[in-house]
Amino acid sequence: MSELSDVVVPGSAQSPRSVAWARRRRAAGEVWAAFRRHRQAMAGLIILLAVTVMALVTPLLADRTGLSAVDSLDNPVWASPSGDFFLGTDNLGRSVAVQFLYGSRTSLLVGVAATMLIVVIGSLVGVIAGFIGGWVDSILMRLSDWFLVIPFLPLAIVLARILGPSIWNIIFVIGVTSWPYVARITRAQVLSLRQRLFVERARALGASRRHIVRQHILPNVAPLILANATLAVPIAILTETTLAFLGLGDSRNPSWGKSLEEAYTAGAITRNAWWYYLPAGIGIIAVVLAFTMCGRALEEILDPRLRERR
Amino acid sequence: MNPRFVVAKVTGAIGTLAFVLAFNFFLFRVVDDNPVDNLFRGRNLSPTQIASLEERFGVGDPLALQFVKYVRQTLQGDLGLSIKSSRPVSDVIMDSLWPTVWLVGTATALSMVIGTLLGIHAAWKRGTVTDSSATAFSMITYSMPDFWMAMVLLAAFAINLRWFPTGGFEDAGSTATGLSAFLDQAHHMALPAITLTLGYIGEYMILMRASMLDTVSEDYLQLARAKGLRDTEVRRRHAVPNALLPLVSLSALNFGYVLSGAIAVEAIYSWPGLGRATFNALEGPDFPVLQGLFLLFSASVIVANLLADLLNGYLDPRVRLS
Repeated sequence: MSELSDVVVPGSAQSPRSVAWARRRRAAGEVWAAFRRHRQAMAGLIILLAVTVMALVTPLLADRTGLSAVDSLDNPVWASPSGDFFLGTDNLGRSVAVQFLYGSRTSLLVGVAATMLIVVIGSLVGVIAGFIGGWVDSILMRLSDWFLVIPFLPLAIVLARILGPSIWNIIFVIGVTSWPYVARITRAQVLSLRQRLFVERARALGASRRHIVRQHILPNVAPLILANATLAVPIAILTETTLAFLGLGDSRNPSWGKSLEEAYTAGAITRNAWWYYLPAGIGIIAVVLAFTMCGRALEEILDPRLRERR
Repeated sequence: MNPRFVVAKVTGAIGTLAFVLAFNFFLFRVVDDNPVDNLFRGRNLSPTQIASLEERFGVGDPLALQFVKYVRQTLQGDLGLSIKSSRPVSDVIMDSLWPTVWLVGTATALSMVIGTLLGIHAAWKRGTVTDSSATAFSMITYSMPDFWMAMVLLAAFAINLRWFPTGGFEDAGSTATGLSAFLDQAHHMALPAITLTLGYIGEYMILMRASMLDTVSEDYLQLARAKGLRDTEVRRRHAVPNALLPLVSLSALNFGYVLSGAIAVEAIYSWPGLGRATFNALEGPDFPVLQGLFLLFSASVIVANLLADLLNGYLDPRVRLS
């Protein structure tokens, strides 16, 4: 983008705000154009769109009663895939396909909601630490150091065990244990932004801290946070999967991880009931891979130094 | 190395350990404010019995005093008693320590070597089929839940092909000693070790590839080529040693996760290590055991972090001088 386009032409109808928005739209357009040229990124995006659509239309495709053992009493148990049951049935006669469809909803919900929590806590801490500095910065960074060092999965396991099995607790657990990484990256970015000319100019012109953070800092750290959020979703989904497998999942909202746990405890491995444990695992891999590909592509596009690595 | 750098890192690590110790106490105190109440609920104990139990568990004291006692006992290696087995938690941990170190340590070392070699190769052949298939392989194994891979490999190689036993540390009732015992244990360890190795490779491969590509564009590599060195020489003597630097940090850090790295995988293969001990302690739950394990897991990560920092400072002057 050229510097000239930032100048407000005297007498034109453009306000400084509309100019700024036009510039941001153009920058977003450039990122999107680079994203579209990126083969891996587009593959990831298509997978994500497909899974999201599947998760959204699930209630139209299958009734929730399919998840209940009582409502599946008439079905054959351990049936291999057939015309009636596309992905077979489990030890209670429940359709694996229905579990797979509903599992996608929980796994995606937990992944996205936990990531939103990570981003909110992480960017808040990062902006405050980087912008205010001084002892506030030292305390917040010390705290994030501690959280970085405490092994993440055991902490999540202990917290989830303490709080009890519900998807909201799992979202909370993943959120409060994973924010430090986003906080550190945001802080580093804020520190470098603070030195930039346009921030100094705003300060010299008497802008308040609030104005500087909202108008200059946040819009500039947002893309980086977006890239990191995209990379945090797969970690959140994998963590939920592991917690659910360890028996800490929510049985009323079965995720893909929960369904793997049920398959394992029901003895699907020894019975060779591959139709019970393969679909959920493949679903997890597809979603995790898709988010990772999109996130890495975004990182690459936003950080020119990484382009060499392709 | 600069003594001030070492002192700063060591004090930092000690401070973090102190934080973890306090965190560990208060975290579990929130869950279980009075173990006597929770353990003996509905047993109709007389007030004197309750008082004596409360004294034994130390829950009658004010919180600050409990904390001081807890710190003193922990420093003496006393982690309390398991609720399930009434054995000292430190014994439970010592029994499971060796199998985990053996299994996860082997897998970590193997994946480190294979992943690094794969990364070097992929970067050197950038853009070829070798590169894209190695990258795809790493990305896919990296995206897999490790316990799912354990389930699939178990079904394929232990249940169907019967190449490996389905779980455990050695054959049930085995009295073998010496070499035959070692071979039996290695046979039991093969499948879990392969699972973990496959799960870990991706991280090393991806990082090594990226690090190599960063190095490839450096001036000193151009110079090495301009001197007329053969391609393999340039790679072996100039590219690889410099690209290895970030890998050293990652490896040192990952050794901190050896103890806590295989919770679900150990549970699937019934491997009698710390992971399965954690899994078993979750049922119940056996809070003293969980608390002891959590402390051990955190301490090992902190120590590994310290070693990684010191190693990095030793290898890279820019780190210790800044």
